[in-house]
Amino acid sequence: MEALQNLLHGFAIGLTPSILVYAFIGCVIGTLVGMLPGVGPLAGISLLLPATFGLNPVVGIILLAGVYYGAMYGGSTTSILMRIPGEAASVMTCVDGYAMTQQGRAGPALAIAAIGSFVAGTVSTVGLMFLAPALAEFALRFGPPEYAALLLFGIFMLAYMSTSSMSKMLAMAVVGLLLGMIGIDAMTGHTRFTFGVVSLGDGVGIVPVVVGLFGLSEILLTATDNAKARPAKPSLSQLMPTRQDLLESVAPIARGSLLGFLIGTIPGSAHVISSFISYGVEKKLSAHPERFGKGAIEGVAGPESANNAAATGAFVPMLALGIPTGPITAVMLAALIVHGITPGPTLIQEQPTLFWGFVASMYIGNVVLLILNLPMIGLFVNLLRIPYSYLYPCIICFCLVGVYCVQNNVVDVWITLVAGIAGYGLRKLGYDVAPIALGLVLAPMLELSVRQSLAMSAGTYSIFIERPIALTLILALALLIALATRPFRSLSGWRKSAGLMSE
Amino acid sequence: MLLLALFVLWQNLSYPLGNLAEPGAGFVPLFLGLALAAVSMVIIFGGGSSRSLKVIGWAEAPRVVLILAAFAGAAFALERVGYRLTIFGLLVFLIGVVERKPVIPTATAAIGFSALTYFVFVHLLEVQLPRGPWGL
Repeated sequence: MEALQNLLHGFAIGLTPSILVYAFIGCVIGTLVGMLPGVGPLAGISLLLPATFGLNPVVGIILLAGVYYGAMYGGSTTSILMRIPGEAASVMTCVDGYAMTQQGRAGPALAIAAIGSFVAGTVSTVGLMFLAPALAEFALRFGPPEYAALLLFGIFMLAYMSTSSMSKMLAMAVVGLLLGMIGIDAMTGHTRFTFGVVSLGDGVGIVPVVVGLFGLSEILLTATDNAKARPAKPSLSQLMPTRQDLLESVAPIARGSLLGFLIGTIPGSAHVISSFISYGVEKKLSAHPERFGKGAIEGVAGPESANNAAATGAFVPMLALGIPTGPITAVMLAALIVHGITPGPTLIQEQPTLFWGFVASMYIGNVVLLILNLPMIGLFVNLLRIPYSYLYPCIICFCLVGVYCVQNNVVDVWITLVAGIAGYGLRKLGYDVAPIALGLVLAPMLELSVRQSLAMSAGTYSIFIERPIALTLILALALLIALATRPFRSLSGWRKSAGLMSE
Repeated sequence: MLLLALFVLWQNLSYPLGNLAEPGAGFVPLFLGLALAAVSMVIIFGGGSSRSLKVIGWAEAPRVVLILAAFAGAAFALERVGYRLTIFGLLVFLIGVVERKPVIPTATAAIGFSALTYFVFVHLLEVQLPRGPWGL
């Protein structure tokens, strides 16, 4: 009952004209970001971050959230029409979505993707509304040892759930944590790893690193890939799915929503992983698995629902614990900090307007996106006709100006360049660079928690096993490491079947 | 990666480690350096299953170098010649020189984009952008 009252308060905020306008702008930008190759949701949010500095924090976070879940919707369009995933979570949609386009059924595929995304987004917002406050209340019992254990568990979970090798993921996470060590040590005032560059005293910012690793490196990787494909442009009348399509999609959408939300709350590139797992589950449960890959509508409905639900699920630990589960929520946390809001378990109590306004805006955003992604699909498809040779120079300019604007500091632009080169090289060599961004954000929290824990225990590590919550997390961490080692690989065979194991 | 770990450990020698009850500035970086060295060794010894550098295609490399050079040039010029001239120059180089597009579309895109984004960022979003010696 209290939640519903709070939600009504949230709608009173979310339905004010200024919030509606910014939620709409966020959804439109997100849809574009999701559609255009070369700009993922992460780079999109990072580039938009400086534009939120002059805004009210509630408006700013709603705008950025709109970009995030808008990208999840938009990513499906290029996947279905052109077999180009606008962002990583849409990779699985390419398989059956594009096969449907080749069969002249692009309309129903787009419609089911939009309907599935809408249902999943709405259902998972209900989950966020009830789960986040409960989790925040529980997290009030957390002290430094619990936080240290939770952060370590999160990093290992990210590595375990990844599509890349676990050792490579852990290496990337450690590189990110090391980057987070640059700057003045908060506890002793020592300057570390700055090599005389004064600007590095405040540490390496998340935005230049993220824009370099994801935005600039993506452009470098696609430098020869001047896609000449002309997308199909379905009319509104062609969008209507048949009764059979709807019947076949109901269960995958429901399963994808639940699965996606649960996976979203776990650290990792949740929206990407959830779509892989959902596709695997649907194929396994189908009476005709041979249809998958040849235009099965379940192969569109499940993954599209899952990646949208995961996008919302990722906000649960971010808002309830103040802990990002991936680089996107890490940038959004940075946005909160810039606005003077301290993330953590007390955020929901101290900033009810922000939390409930945010929840309400997600309901509104899902309706906006459904409207954007069905009747206006033709308009968005026209944007895909802009030649890539004109598009990517403009994206590079946005990277440059977006990074510079954060602190009006040209050092950040140089950091972006270095991160872009590193991201290009690492991605060519098969490394997933997402853990670098996550490590960078988690580093100060992890270091402070570990050092405070040791100080509390007068220098004994037993503090991590004497407290029940910390012990549980440490045991879960040990289980993950055990499952990842060779003798236990057979127990984690689900990763292989879900397409999560490359080696 | 191993070299990076060794470099971190070497650099970390200059920071105090403290003790367990009162960890110093070098305490956590030491653990991270050791962790990176350990994981790097695992990757090196497990490297037999990875693709060799020759198998990975590098066809885009010449264009990558040009794009990076353009970006570095823009970073150098941004505060010296101002936002609009930098963006104009960057777009002319990338569209006209790298992509070899005709002069008129290149100039239109470069002038239009630099002027429009300047207007949006400075006048609508009230973001400060550097101006050059001629107020551009």
